[in-house]
Amino acid sequence: MTTDVKIPAALASECDGARHLTVDLDEHATLADLLDAIARTHPRLARRLRDESGKLRRYVNIYIGDDESRRLQGLDTPLDNREIQILPSIAGG
Amino acid sequence: MAYLVLIGTRKGLFTATSDDRVHWSVDGPAKLDADGFTAVAEIFAAACDPATGRILVGASTFFGPSIWRSDDHGNTWDEPVNAPMEFPQDLPYRPLDYSDTAGIDQPDATDTNTVKKIWQLTFGPGDRVWAGVEPTSLWTSDDSGRTFTFNQALWDHPQHTTWASGGAGPAVHTIVTHPDDPDALTIAISSGGIYQTHDDGRTWHGITKGITVDYGPDTTPESGQCIHKVTRDADGTLYAQSHGPAYRATRPDGGWTDISATLPTKFGFAIVAHPTEPGNITAWPVGESMDRTPPDHRIAPWRTTDRGETWTPWNDGLPDEDYYGTVMRDGACTDHAPGNPGWYFGTRCGDVWAADDGGTWHQVAAHLPDVLCVRAMEAP
Repeated sequence: MTTDVKIPAALASECDGARHLTVDLDEHATLADLLDAIARTHPRLARRLRDESGKLRRYVNIYIGDDESRRLQGLDTPLDNREIQILPSIAGG
Repeated sequence: MAYLVLIGTRKGLFTATSDDRVHWSVDGPAKLDADGFTAVAEIFAAACDPATGRILVGASTFFGPSIWRSDDHGNTWDEPVNAPMEFPQDLPYRPLDYSDTAGIDQPDATDTNTVKKIWQLTFGPGDRVWAGVEPTSLWTSDDSGRTFTFNQALWDHPQHTTWASGGAGPAVHTIVTHPDDPDALTIAISSGGIYQTHDDGRTWHGITKGITVDYGPDTTPESGQCIHKVTRDADGTLYAQSHGPAYRATRPDGGWTDISATLPTKFGFAIVAHPTEPGNITAWPVGESMDRTPPDHRIAPWRTTDRGETWTPWNDGLPDEDYYGTVMRDGACTDHAPGNPGWYFGTRCGDVWAADDGGTWHQVAAHLPDVLCVRAMEAP
């Protein structure tokens, strides 16, 4: 399946300014599979999203359809042809 | 010759330039990355190499820690595509706080260690760079800071069970090089102690014995002391500002001498040795216990020229009204300029000052975010 990933402005330079990324994945691919694929083609974008243990970074939220992945099955969530949106929390006073 | 000051703050990197250390032009926060999120990153570590003009900056960003490099005095920045350092994932987890016995291996934990913060970047000979990192670890680069190798020997040191988390987190925060021996290094850990290697990091031995504590059941431990900063003077004597007194050691394995008798307080963070005059040390004392502000609420470094026997305030040009901003462990430095080294410090109130050697302080910047580190060098 072809998955469209919306990229936030804060990370757009990692995709040459593009605000979305198209990734070809297996039909049963999970969020972890998607991030592994991004790591192969866009390694710096990938390490912005996950630390070296493989966990999503604290301020990184990835929506699968209408739900944030942590409220689903985390990195094991099947993508099921849903739209993917990376939405970082920009925090701090 | 001009002077360049790197000011790492809670919200980004600022730079200041001057031809005379009196009149300053300030710029920032710098956008180290193309998208600009580093403008709000915490900058705990910066390093500059006067010999090459190279600058390294360790930034803690919303998207994790990383290292940016400039070879043109901060006009342009470059970051490695791949992570400059990644913790080995086959090590037992060492918690960062007291919720699960900080610093003690947790072999059954599902968590693994990850780089949390880069506390110190130090240039060595050639392309060598050392990095001090949280959780407590030392890393070595031989490609000018693009890739780093984890130092397993320090991680495995038997005394690591006495290391814990200070208020700022468990980290190697100080790296002191030896000018004549590239294989010799002194590092400091908060809390943890002071360690030396003489074989390029293959083995480490603790040299903290003799530094006392007043916050634990054992007042004279072998290791585990909360060391805030260590500096090395021109004849090789080490000076340490601990959580308690400041100390001096000509032979650390022979013990440490308390040199706080004429300082206004025993407590403090920053301490910097004169680059060429032995026994000439500048410290930034901080009120002890429940008054973690400048002593008598007057911002001033104190200087000794007799190896810590007597200290006097160095405050010409500094505010004479109440001041509550402390100078953090890397918030002070010298630019090592030959003949007339400049001195610099910044506070948690976002004020930065500069002075010629022993001279009047002049304000570099005011009202910046709280200052975490200051580094300076001569620049063409």
